[in-house]
Amino acid sequence: MILAVLVALGLIVADHRHHHLGTLRATLAVMVYPLQVLADLPVRLARNAQGRLADERMLRDQNEALRRENLVLNARLQQLHALESENMRLRDLLGSSFRIGERVLIAEILAVDLDPGRRQVVLNKGSSSGVFVGQPVLDANAVMGQVVRTNPVSSTVLLITDSEHALPVEVNRNGLRSIARGTGVAQDLELLHIPKNADVRVGDLLVTSGMGGRFPRGYPVARVTGVRHDPDDPFTVVTAEPTARLDRSREVLLVWTLSPESPGGASGEALGDASAGAGASGSGGPDGEER
Amino acid sequence: MSEILARGTWLVLLTLVTALFLTILPLPPMAEDLRPQWVAMTLIFWALALPERVGVFWAFGVGLVLDVATGTLLGHHALGLSVVAYVAVELHPRVRIFSLWQQALFVWILLILERLLALWVLGATGQPMPSLTYWGATFAGLLLWPWLQVVLRDLARRAGAV
Repeated sequence: MILAVLVALGLIVADHRHHHLGTLRATLAVMVYPLQVLADLPVRLARNAQGRLADERMLRDQNEALRRENLVLNARLQQLHALESENMRLRDLLGSSFRIGERVLIAEILAVDLDPGRRQVVLNKGSSSGVFVGQPVLDANAVMGQVVRTNPVSSTVLLITDSEHALPVEVNRNGLRSIARGTGVAQDLELLHIPKNADVRVGDLLVTSGMGGRFPRGYPVARVTGVRHDPDDPFTVVTAEPTARLDRSREVLLVWTLSPESPGGASGEALGDASAGAGASGSGGPDGEER
Repeated sequence: MSEILARGTWLVLLTLVTALFLTILPLPPMAEDLRPQWVAMTLIFWALALPERVGVFWAFGVGLVLDVATGTLLGHHALGLSVVAYVAVELHPRVRIFSLWQQALFVWILLILERLLALWVLGATGQPMPSLTYWGATFAGLLLWPWLQVVLRDLARRAGAV
């Protein structure tokens, strides 16, 4: 009993302070993975049944809507290409050329309940698919979080609303930089250290600023929902709601990125990687796993 | 004799895996706070029923697996479960002759002890503190214990483990 308690305490300290136990945790996690897939099964079956029971008209409507959305997105994409090349040209003129290469992998969230005090989710892709610790995770709308643990078959993602998560953001309208910290409550972020006279308004879009070097620059994060001036608080209290559908998304995007801040030595290698990713996009195949 | 022993071990493993499964099964957010500590309760049952076989080291191993499955610090649950299993094994002759509800109260105190130790780990490592609904699970455990006890005892008798 004393031995077990001492070993448990030792493990807690080792895991918390030194992060030495990656292999032990990964081994156990692989053992637990079948159980997690099993727990995910009822949800998966329910979705399947829903798909089978959908009638023809509904499917046709949905198809129509998706086709229209695709058209709009394609139109916007054309514009984006033009803007991107213009941006490159202007940067060339300024003499500060860089490229942002990106590779994306689609993963699925397993419907598994973790510790209710933390905001984490489990993905069905692990280090054998190239997922690494610190990798940004997005959904179709915005940033969701980052990978904190991986094992060969699955990985754990810390969501941006966890109270131990903070990410550097800027206000899209005027470039004001800040840090968005999670509060542990779903759908709630707060901005730290906003001065009293700062220009922040309700409805402002916050995007990643890329300052930490971990998240790529310019992805939407949240929308400001409240700005409050407390007389006894030296800073403005700003709350924001994540634009990502943190509790509803099932498919998420894992991003490999080349950040412009990365040192020159690594950038060549990363560029090669990015172009390899671009090459893979052509041969991605009909399943759309890799783009 | 050894066959019966092996069968008992299989049953213990099977029930613990089921408990683990119930722990990570997705629930609607409202019911989440009332999710009983399945693993702790199953472990207490076996520690009372088979104290010579299921004890602190089983608790420690299961606790580690539970830590990995729920994404907490390694040792977080292992600590509480080890202490709980130790108390259950030490006091099993006395608890076995309790009536069902007396037993449930005893188990409730053990469940609170487990949560208390987990809370202490959270505090000591500077993680966010849960709200008062954290203790809701122990009440769910208190109400569920008599039924769980009857079901598990039946299973154990049928498998010839006890």
